[in-house]
Amino acid sequence: MNRLVDLVGVFALLSVLAIGGGTPILPEMQYLTVERFHWLTDRQFRDIYSIGQVAPGPNMLMVLIIGYRLKGALGALAVGLAFFLPDCIITLFANRLWEHYRDSPWRASVHYGMAPVVIGLMLSGTYAIAALSIHNVVALIIAVSACSILMWRHVNPGVLIVVGGILYALFAH
Amino acid sequence: MDLEKPPSEIKSESPARPEVTLLGLFRMFLTLGAISFGGGVVAYMREYLVRGEHWMEDEDFLDALEVSETLPGLNAINLSVIIGDRMYGVAGAALAVLGMTMPGAIVVLAMGALWQGELHFRVVGYFLTGVAAAAVGLLVALTVQLGHYQFRRLIDIALIAVTFIAVSVLHLSLPIVLLAVAPIGIWLYRPVRGRVNPGVPHFRRHPRRGWFRH
Repeated sequence: MNRLVDLVGVFALLSVLAIGGGTPILPEMQYLTVERFHWLTDRQFRDIYSIGQVAPGPNMLMVLIIGYRLKGALGALAVGLAFFLPDCIITLFANRLWEHYRDSPWRASVHYGMAPVVIGLMLSGTYAIAALSIHNVVALIIAVSACSILMWRHVNPGVLIVVGGILYALFAH
Repeated sequence: MDLEKPPSEIKSESPARPEVTLLGLFRMFLTLGAISFGGGVVAYMREYLVRGEHWMEDEDFLDALEVSETLPGLNAINLSVIIGDRMYGVAGAALAVLGMTMPGAIVVLAMGALWQGELHFRVVGYFLTGVAAAAVGLLVALTVQLGHYQFRRLIDIALIAVTFIAVSVLHLSLPIVLLAVAPIGIWLYRPVRGRVNPGVPHFRRHPRRGWFRH
């Protein structure tokens, strides 16, 4: 029971902190689920993240696996509601408010003031996943190639993800 | 101000398309939730909702995206809430989010149940490592493309560096970092008479096209 309360608390907090999307909260999520509550190991955290990458829809649906692993179907449902519902409610009302202040000069201020913070947090999230996954030259080559291809061409990232996985499995095997 | 009314009733210049039913809305988001892969959900949404079905103007989509990026939450989910709300109020928002998340949730849980924390085949572990490595490449590309404006400005580069160091080097907790850095950023870009912030959103101006470049 206590664990369910912890799960809801952790993911509701992450939900509210997820400014700029899912990537910015990855370091905090890793800290809370691995170091603080010992629900997962680093490797399990990375595996769950990767499963989220190959599933359709938003990648962050991977949080359901953490809930499922700890408390079964009830845990998955609790984590899903805790992680998605607060943001949906905030967005619903904030968007209606936002429309009202369409012409406020502060709108641009918030946008431009927050943008570098979000970019910095995304770099931190990227770094967290890199530290968990890039341990040899093959992984580094896959990461650099995926990045270069996307910077250069309009390619479906889902394809690159799967090809990256297959190539690594072939070379590391 | 009337917060009870969906924006579609307040803002008459972008009306909801009457021929789209609530069920049609749900089916569209269910489709998007099922076919979008690899972190490019927003790109799929734009492709289908704007270019494919013409449910909304590109300008409106980019406006909604700008709001989605500023508010907490995943961009794809926030966009679903805003677009669903614009078309059918709270019911539309709820069904849009449900459609967007349901297919992925089922797949993720099925894979999670098979995984169970342990890998029975080493090749699966290798595959997942490669997936994470490729995802790093994607995230770098996404970050560079989203931040192409920020990476050119000294003030922004300083804010990016401070944020990154606070989280990844000093391991400060995210609430503290947000409360400390975000107000500084907003203050630096506060409205000042005679100074015009560049148009919002910035990414619209980027000449080159890319998957993540909206």
